[in-house]
Amino acid sequence: MTEALQWSRYHWRQLIGGATRDDDSRPYNYSSLLACGGKSSQTPKLAGKHRIVVPHLQAFKDEYEKFSGAYVNNRIRTTKYTLLNFVPRNLFEQFHRAANLYFLFLVVLNWVPLVEAFQKEITMLPLVVVLTIIAVKDGLEDYRKYKIDKQINNLITKVYSRKEKKYIDRCWKDVTVGDFIRLSCNEVIPADMVLLFSTDPDGICHIETSGLDGESNLKQRQVVRGYAEQDSEVDPEKFSSRIECESPNNDLSRFRGFLEHSNKERVGLSKENLLLRGCTIRNTEAVVGIVVYAGHETKAMLNNSGPRYKRSKLERRANTDVLWCVLLLVIMCLIGAVGHGIWLSRYEKMHFFNIPEPDGHIISPLLAGFYMFWTMIILLQVLIPISLYVSIEIVKLGQIYFIQSDVDFYNEKMDSTVQCRALNIAEDLGQIQYLFSDKTGTLTENKMVFRRCSVAGFDYCHEENAKRLESYQEAVSEDEDFTDTLSGSISNMAKPRAPSCGTVHNGPLGNKPSNHLAGSSFNLGSGEGASEVPHSRQAAFSSPIETDVVPDTRLLDKFSQITPQLFMPLDETIQNLQLETLYIIDFFIALAICNTVVVSAPNQPRQKIRHPSLGGMPIKSLEEIKNLFQRLSVRRSSSPSLTSGKEPSSGVPNAFVSRLPLFSRMKLASPVEEEVSQMCESPQCSSSSACCTETEKQHSDGGLLNGKVESLPGQPLACNLCYEAESPDEAALVYAARAYQCTLQSRTPEQVMVDFAALGPLTFQLLHILPFDSVRKRMSVVVRHPLSNQVVVYTKGADSVIMELLSVASPDGASLEKQQMIIREKTQKHLDDYAKQGLRTLCIAKKVMSDAEYAEWLRNHFLAETSIDNREELLLESAMRLENRLTLLGATGIEDRLQEGVPESIEALHKAGIKMWMLTGDKQETAVNIAYACKLLEPNDKLFILSTQSKDACGMLMSTILKELQKKTQASPEQVSLNVDLPQPPVPQDSGLRAGLVITGKTLEFALQESLQKQFLELTSWCRAVVCCRATPLQKSEVVKLVRSHLQVMTLAIGDGANDVSMIQVADIGIGVSGQEGMQAVMASDFAVSQFKHLRKLLLVHGHWCYTRLSNMILYFFYKNVAYVNLLFWYQFFCGFSGTSMTDYWVLIFFNLLFTSAPPVIYGVLEKDVSAETLMELPELYKSGQKSEIYQGSDIDIFAFGNPLNTAALFIILLHLVIESKSLTWIHMLVIIGSILFYFLFAIIFGAMCVTCNPPSNPYWIMQEHMLDPVFYLVCILTTCIALLPRFVYRVLQGSLFPSPILRAKHFDRLTPEERTEALKKWRGAGKINRVTSKNANKSAGKSGRRPMPDSSAVFAMKSATSCAIEQGNLSLCETALDQGCSETKAFEMAGPSKG
Amino acid sequence: MTWSATARGAHQPDNTAFTQQRLPAWQPLLSASIALPLFFCAGLAFIGLGLGLYYSSNGIKELEYDYTGDQGTGNCSVCAAAGEGLAPPPSCSCAWYFSLPELFQGPVYLYYELTNFYQNNRRYGVSRDDEQLSGMPSALLHPANECAPYQRSAAGLPIAPCGAIANSLFNDSFSLWHQRQSGGPYVEVPLDRSGIAWWTDYHVKFRNPPLVNGSLALAFRGTAPPPNWRRPVYELSPDPNNTGFINQDFVVWMRTAALPTFRKLYARIRQGNYSAGLPRGAYRVNITYNYPVRAFGGHKLLIFSSISWMGGKNPFLGIAYLVVGSLCILIGFVMLVVYIRYQDQDDDDDDDNEE
Repeated sequence: MTEALQWSRYHWRQLIGGATRDDDSRPYNYSSLLACGGKSSQTPKLAGKHRIVVPHLQAFKDEYEKFSGAYVNNRIRTTKYTLLNFVPRNLFEQFHRAANLYFLFLVVLNWVPLVEAFQKEITMLPLVVVLTIIAVKDGLEDYRKYKIDKQINNLITKVYSRKEKKYIDRCWKDVTVGDFIRLSCNEVIPADMVLLFSTDPDGICHIETSGLDGESNLKQRQVVRGYAEQDSEVDPEKFSSRIECESPNNDLSRFRGFLEHSNKERVGLSKENLLLRGCTIRNTEAVVGIVVYAGHETKAMLNNSGPRYKRSKLERRANTDVLWCVLLLVIMCLIGAVGHGIWLSRYEKMHFFNIPEPDGHIISPLLAGFYMFWTMIILLQVLIPISLYVSIEIVKLGQIYFIQSDVDFYNEKMDSTVQCRALNIAEDLGQIQYLFSDKTGTLTENKMVFRRCSVAGFDYCHEENAKRLESYQEAVSEDEDFTDTLSGSISNMAKPRAPSCGTVHNGPLGNKPSNHLAGSSFNLGSGEGASEVPHSRQAAFSSPIETDVVPDTRLLDKFSQITPQLFMPLDETIQNLQLETLYIIDFFIALAICNTVVVSAPNQPRQKIRHPSLGGMPIKSLEEIKNLFQRLSVRRSSSPSLTSGKEPSSGVPNAFVSRLPLFSRMKLASPVEEEVSQMCESPQCSSSSACCTETEKQHSDGGLLNGKVESLPGQPLACNLCYEAESPDEAALVYAARAYQCTLQSRTPEQVMVDFAALGPLTFQLLHILPFDSVRKRMSVVVRHPLSNQVVVYTKGADSVIMELLSVASPDGASLEKQQMIIREKTQKHLDDYAKQGLRTLCIAKKVMSDAEYAEWLRNHFLAETSIDNREELLLESAMRLENRLTLLGATGIEDRLQEGVPESIEALHKAGIKMWMLTGDKQETAVNIAYACKLLEPNDKLFILSTQSKDACGMLMSTILKELQKKTQASPEQVSLNVDLPQPPVPQDSGLRAGLVITGKTLEFALQESLQKQFLELTSWCRAVVCCRATPLQKSEVVKLVRSHLQVMTLAIGDGANDVSMIQVADIGIGVSGQEGMQAVMASDFAVSQFKHLRKLLLVHGHWCYTRLSNMILYFFYKNVAYVNLLFWYQFFCGFSGTSMTDYWVLIFFNLLFTSAPPVIYGVLEKDVSAETLMELPELYKSGQKSEIYQGSDIDIFAFGNPLNTAALFIILLHLVIESKSLTWIHMLVIIGSILFYFLFAIIFGAMCVTCNPPSNPYWIMQEHMLDPVFYLVCILTTCIALLPRFVYRVLQGSLFPSPILRAKHFDRLTPEERTEALKKWRGAGKINRVTSKNANKSAGKSGRRPMPDSSAVFAMKSATSCAIEQGNLSLCETALDQGCSETKAFEMAGPSKG
Repeated sequence: MTWSATARGAHQPDNTAFTQQRLPAWQPLLSASIALPLFFCAGLAFIGLGLGLYYSSNGIKELEYDYTGDQGTGNCSVCAAAGEGLAPPPSCSCAWYFSLPELFQGPVYLYYELTNFYQNNRRYGVSRDDEQLSGMPSALLHPANECAPYQRSAAGLPIAPCGAIANSLFNDSFSLWHQRQSGGPYVEVPLDRSGIAWWTDYHVKFRNPPLVNGSLALAFRGTAPPPNWRRPVYELSPDPNNTGFINQDFVVWMRTAALPTFRKLYARIRQGNYSAGLPRGAYRVNITYNYPVRAFGGHKLLIFSSISWMGGKNPFLGIAYLVVGSLCILIGFVMLVVYIRYQDQDDDDDDDNEE
């Protein structure tokens, strides 16, 4: 029996596994890529082990104890330590650090009597202090996590109690596997559970996964099959099934299992049935589910992989310098050892100096030298800056604090500021050399705004709309303030959704806890947990700028001609005018319905609006009613049949409409009866058990209908509707249609209702949806037109695709055909025009089908759908069959506006010497236009387009371009030869020629291959900007990886969407833009900003500051330690290298640890070499960090002896800091003076207290004695001055003679605003001159008085573009055209057909 | 809209001078123009100080004599030769004769100087027991391990004072005789041997163990003197306030020197006729030559020195100040040149831009 069970299980798993594999092999499976951080190929942990979930009910008590009782409950603990294990565990972790181990070694060494240098206890002191500080820090962090955990654990949810037989409130932590949980709208899901019931009649539950992956659009989950048809809530007591599912794993996109009823009947479970912890229930009144994974076994928790740990470049260098210090130490110790040996050999017999061992024998000088080596290591240990690491950590925390509290990064609209998710790479921000940016959503707002359209060959340019967009930015802030204050009374159409959940939201969970929770599920480890996720979800794609479209007056005029009568004389000859009007109607209907937008109303708690409203639909014939009934019955019988046994999730990515149950419903809602009967005869049909409720359902439907009819008068205003779209383009189009009174009112799986002002409400029977996919690049809806009663296909897609699918020969006659041709040409022209303006273009087309045609197609399509093997291809073919011979209606131009401040930022970053690459999935024209718009490319840049079909061609083209570039710049021969080895041309930006490179995704693939990599990099290094269009996420990350590893540069990647995640993870610094596309990029990033423009200040100001601060501080630490150790070391020459320290050991140890450690930390946090304003205005200053200028060497030597030496050293070291500081606030002063006072106080008190302590070097009364002696002060002053004089003089001379750009910029901070602008102007002028002179110096070899003439060339050719297409070695360097847009299109067209 | 109204600013950072890093700050801009007066002022101040130091140092007289006893350097060579190779060397006396043509302005201090003596040798330096020296009875009988091998005598008795430093106590002694007229009798000049140690060392840090029956000798019963010592510690001086651990010579010796060449104060001359200094006349210093230094190539010197407010003769400090001061002035002039040139350059830059 068990064997049979195993066997069947095995097969079942095979089947599911196969399906899932198909699933994973989808071209770009973003979500799975994300879910496990790129490890989507991870093999399931399900090695024969399953989890059996038994309901937590009285009836199953024994069984429950046996199976499910052992599973972890929902209590989470993300803390690392407990009270008990804190000390050992923390110590264990700390000793993973090499530095700590080194100091432990020293401590141990000091316990060896032969080499003992200090008292044993003293050596332990630094280590203990450092360990304590870190332990306290760790402890505090852990405590914070503990508090968040506690808060989450104590959230309340409704759990079914087996004792009280009802749902009672219980804490999250008490939820166990097998519990039934009932959740209301807007509640957060406490554990992974299988959905058993939803109040939604279709058994659908909407969830928002922003807490999990940050995506704010709604996703649908389905009730387990068989439960969906229950109309009453599932009663836990009657639940007698058990669930078997795979063991907990971290794959968010997969869930396998089955539900076994008491009669051994099994129902498959998929991820569509699973509600994940951390998500929020939306748009659904209530759901009931049974918990399958709880606590740490939930998918969300398993995905919680702590904060990112990256090591910054500076830290890496500091680490190597620490190693150098070790080497120095060893050398010093060797010198000491040898010196001691020699010294001792001179006095070998002198018992005065060579004091015998306790047992009386005398150590040979050799052995003594050996011992001395180790003694020296202990003595000179301060050379290795133990407190450096602690200080760095403290300084970084301070820096992060300041970055995060910068008001300039605050975005009021989103109430978010910059988030620093990686705590230890802030200074890397100051060293960025390459910047890789996504386009959509990063450079642009990702707010798709309907901008223009072309219908039937007429361009409607929507000038008011354009004006509105221009004035939008200024107006919006005031507008928002206004609406906020008056929110109670004014029903605001600008912000339709915001208040919807207000009350419910504040109910059980409140606003903040839910966010907490969302953050915690991912970020507890990061220590910044609570503030990770933006404060409240932003209504996706529905900002006023997107929703308000001002109609074009010309188009509105034409609307006035629309009357329902237009449809009456359907088959008669139509006048030209009428035809156009029909086109317009169709165009807007297509805009409104050809999408997958979900309609919701703001005044209900995010409830989906469902108007089956037959009342609004003019029922024309009996046949329709018949159809209706057929539909109802068909649905009963067939929907289970189709889905049984197959994985429903194998559809096309990111479109839930494509899921099979829904799919089948739509499809079967056809008027073709024979289909239906055929269906019912199919064998699966018999297994259906859900048919019993048919009549009931009809009744209830009727009731529903009545209710709705009644509610119709109170039908929400069109403007109150809220559209939730998967892509912003869709929403933009729907909003555009709404502006023309063609309002999408509701959408159900069966029908779409559109309120067309002139025609009245229209209800389209939705026959089929062919969702969008990236292969077809289009989507279609098949509807039955309510007026003409024809089957109409509306298709919307990329222009290049649609244009090829247009009907060549129209059945309606030559005149129409001719007209179509004209429209087509005109539209194409408009499309080119739009693309040139940087608009995203879409074509709208339609096709009218006869019922017979449709039936024919449907039959084939159904075959495709039901086939198991290569279903994808069959579906594709089927779609191809439908989407052909289309009639072009028009085209739309959607603007994705540049974010505010993007061009300025890019310009500044360019000036800062950062090379920018734009990596986008968009098409070439749009990408190039955006690149121009955001000043990534300048009009007089020479543009090279790299678009080839083969690798060889790519290589040849690259070498041609390279040659041309080299020819143009007339580089000297040495430079060329240099370039061959190292792809680093001589300051390309300074040369007269500025080049930009555009490369397409396909060519990029060739370029990334190993043989061409070098050439490609060389080429790109000549260009000031590179645009990669049509790049896949994988390519994006490969490009970053390539540049990063081969050029050894610091890279930064910025992006906002899931497709940027891999790139963000690969770069040295990943920046996520928390924009419209959710939080996936943010989750993967090191820093998250809300807008691209913030990057400017982040890099130029904070990056610069962090870098200078930290590098100066580290240098200073080394200086301080080396200086002090040098004192000790030189002294060894006077004491026979015997390892004597001339000061008290305590003072020695404390010197580093206490007296001189606080000022550098303050320096590291607060130092400000140049003011933020100046840094922003002079991006050139950033270059100092790129070349790692600051972190170089610095030394100073000191000559002084005796006890005052310490004091002098203290003064020297502290005052040296003052010299190096560029700004001193009262905090600096306080700390420095405090340190000095502390030193004296310590010395005096210690000197007074310590009569017999600290035997070898008793400090008793020494300080007091010295402080009474004027010579002490004289010596201190003198030594301090002598020691500091060289550096001071150097600094002064530097300030006067050869000031660094930074120093010069600092002068600006002093000036009055007017002087400042003047000076800045001068600076820029001087900068140009400098550049010219330096360039001339560079080119001294080939100096012939050649002047760069960018201006004259610009006059000659405003936009010159060399576009090339090469086929299989058939090299043809193409034309240099005056009109760049035109040539590009040509190139594109040339590349286009050659693909086929 | 309620949420956005209440939530506004929830994440908004504070706009304070501190968080926005706009604290008022003094920004030292180091350039010639600013540094110029600084350099001149500092230079003048330093030169002034240096002159003062130099003259006060010059006012200090010093008279030194190397009595190590190298071949042909006086009658101490006899003692040196006698002690060659013997440990402990036999007691020997020699003398140093000198005459003063005029008054040696007082107060006069008598120092002895040892060269090439590494009191700062670590293993030498740690070989002491401060607790024993502070008179703790327990430590007296149980010297610290650091004292080894001078922790216990061959007989197993604890050594008091233990350790290498104490064992190597300088044990030459000097007496000064004055001949007023040539051929006249030599009169002993009183040497004040008290108050040569630091007050705190003598009164706090070094204490004898509690007396037993009023006798210091009994207090030290059960201890052995260091091997090189001829007398036990309680017989260092007949003066009960200057014997045992609080013997001032001992206390001075125990404060180990930082450098291999060092002076230690032996006595002050400030009593009777000699309070104003040493009058003119011939002098003789009787030296009890005990301490062997030739074995390690060291020298022993006797020094008479007067002192000023800044201590002993130290021309270096004054010279150093003068040098640094002059350097500052020099740099100041360089700065001046730089400043003038820099100004010109600045103007040139302006001209360039105007072109």
